[in-house]
Amino acid sequence: MNATSMTVAEGRIEWDRPARGRIGMFGLIAAEAAIFTIFVVAYLFYVGRSLTGPMPKDVLSVPVFYTICLLSSSLTIHLAAKSLRRGSVLSFGILWLATIALGAAFLYGTATEWHRLIYKEGLTISTNLFGTTYYSLVGLHGFHVVAGLVSLSIVMALTLLGSVGSEHAERVDVLSLYWHFVDAVWIVVFTVVYVIGR
Amino acid sequence: MMSTDAFALPRPELAPRPIVARLHDWVTTVDHKRLGILYIIYALVFLVIAGIEATVIRLQLIRPHNDFVSPQVFNRMFTMHGTTMIFFVVMPFLFGFANYLIPLMIGARDMAFPRLNAFSFWMTAFGGLLLYFSLVGANGLYGAGNAPDVGWFAYAPLTSRTFSVGHSTDFWTLALLVSGFGSIGTAINIVATVLCMRCPGMTLAKMPLFSWLNLVMAGLVILAVSPLTAAQIMLLVDRYLGGHFFDTQAGGSAVIWMHFFWIFGHPEVYVLVLPAFAFVSEIIPVFSRKPIFGYSVMVGATVAIGFISMSVWAHHMFTVGMGANVNTFFVLSTMAIAVPTGIKIFNWLATMWGGKIEFKTPMLFCIAFLFQFLAAGLTGVMLSVAPFTWHLGNSYFVVAHFHYVIVGGILFALFGAFYYWLPKMSGKMYSEALGKLHFLLFFIGFHLTFDFMHIPGLLGMPRRIYTYEPGRGWDVWNFIVTVGVFFQAAGILVFLGNLLWSHFRGKAAGSDPWDAWTLEWSTNSPPPAYNFASIPVVKSRRPLWDLKHPADPDWNYE
Repeated sequence: MNATSMTVAEGRIEWDRPARGRIGMFGLIAAEAAIFTIFVVAYLFYVGRSLTGPMPKDVLSVPVFYTICLLSSSLTIHLAAKSLRRGSVLSFGILWLATIALGAAFLYGTATEWHRLIYKEGLTISTNLFGTTYYSLVGLHGFHVVAGLVSLSIVMALTLLGSVGSEHAERVDVLSLYWHFVDAVWIVVFTVVYVIGR
Repeated sequence: MMSTDAFALPRPELAPRPIVARLHDWVTTVDHKRLGILYIIYALVFLVIAGIEATVIRLQLIRPHNDFVSPQVFNRMFTMHGTTMIFFVVMPFLFGFANYLIPLMIGARDMAFPRLNAFSFWMTAFGGLLLYFSLVGANGLYGAGNAPDVGWFAYAPLTSRTFSVGHSTDFWTLALLVSGFGSIGTAINIVATVLCMRCPGMTLAKMPLFSWLNLVMAGLVILAVSPLTAAQIMLLVDRYLGGHFFDTQAGGSAVIWMHFFWIFGHPEVYVLVLPAFAFVSEIIPVFSRKPIFGYSVMVGATVAIGFISMSVWAHHMFTVGMGANVNTFFVLSTMAIAVPTGIKIFNWLATMWGGKIEFKTPMLFCIAFLFQFLAAGLTGVMLSVAPFTWHLGNSYFVVAHFHYVIVGGILFALFGAFYYWLPKMSGKMYSEALGKLHFLLFFIGFHLTFDFMHIPGLLGMPRRIYTYEPGRGWDVWNFIVTVGVFFQAAGILVFLGNLLWSHFRGKAAGSDPWDAWTLEWSTNSPPPAYNFASIPVVKSRRPLWDLKHPADPDWNYE
């Protein structure tokens, strides 16, 4: 039958549904959280089970500065999204760029740490169980930072080209959810690797 | 009651487009209906392939000391059979139906993310091709490949470089990783579609049960397939980068792979069975001419199953030796999941009770589902008792149990769904006589194979052995089990024949051949690309009932 005959209800119905972008992002975050959970469980299960060195307490140093960088980028991206909602594209661009810079600084921190571990301490992914779990967990998180930075940079490029406006505030909000998630995961990874595991 | 056909839009007759253009349309499509059909065709192809593998396994076991295939080929056959059936037959089937039906049932024009939908399908499709490419490429690209042979749950250390030389295990890992991304993408899409795309008036409490059960299924896929993805990444690290996750000689653990696999593996059973429940929950009411009994309890039971299913995985590991406390927890949680499942069975029975039952082919499959799934659940409760599993773990009793679930439960419900919604998808009816013949052959074959498979298990026959000694009392049972395979194969052939019959000889179905009540029957068969000329507005769980009976609409009673 023709669907016009489907209008069986009289009058208008108050109809409100959640935004699909937001739900989709929450689904992605749930899936990613499950993946990280398995890696974190493996890390915790294997703490102290390495049969050979180097051991975490000998080689790991706590990356306080770069952790502050990454966590403060959550604040800048939140303020950026808020500026865009208010319609201030300029301050959005500046804060967005700051977010990218802070994320890149964090990646630089990871890179220098890995360089030191590999070339100075002789710890690679195949050296021992600690190396396997450490590089996998921190690397998986680093991969997500890279993915986030690529997405943020695309938005940045579009902003510079002048095609981002306050009408995109909802989408930018959805993307910032992912970035907040990456930051939140780092709190867990940091706790597990540098506090419990050391 | 008015005929709904009177409202069908006339279908303009156009000259057929060239075949290349039509194929191009199918490859580049983002239409949920076409992607649904692609999923289903893809699953049918792999159903035949994995069915042939099962036949090879059973032919090898038809008599003791048989040498139909070598032990190596036997290992490859049961690995490929299991992997293919779970990941490339049942899951694509279910995603296909979910894709096709959910937007139609909730009055939407497409899924929430049509391009993600196409991406997910092609990931799954290429995952399947990757698995079978191992036949060519597993030992390098000179064409002398072999298939994965580590079993479908691929326990360590079988998968380590030392014990799995060549690349067959890598193909297995990558195939599951790639198709896993596809599954997660589709699951996110289903969740977003159900939550965000419902037509006006369709509150969560007014959704068809089909959408509810698929929503819970999709949530489970998100939470269950992701751990598998993580475990596959770890396996790749071990195999390619020299990692030690599952390497016991470096302090790693083989048992943790079991945990990670079954954290995926057990919710996966419910991922597969919830859509089967969804089919049955739509088909039984229509052919009993009654609304579903206890809608809200059904929803509650489904959500309960979703939660409990996340905490039962280690009942696959009672024989590992996990200790009394862990075993007790998993015994109790496994028994607990039988409660909401039992609630569902009683609800379906109560729906049929006092109804005017029409024994059409879909209904026959659903009734068989009810009793077979009940029996499968009962052996499941038996196996949930840890000391019982200590005796029968890894025996043919376990194989018989889970085939009772997957074939007797899920596949029967799938065939029911196939016959029920085929007229909607193709616009043509199937042959009721051939459908009933298919049911009869498959029913006989199923019971010959899987009823009698319990007995060699009870007599101590382990699974995955490629042959056995005569005189242990297993011979006659194995013979009967293999004979059943031929009936099942004949049933599948009749089924495929019925599809062809329907295509060439089937009469037009009209928009609503079953006098059903959900929104997909309100549009043409097959539906136009946009599904609904205008978005429907609903006021009850059975919008078509309201339309057909304006004097006595459902919303007076809900």
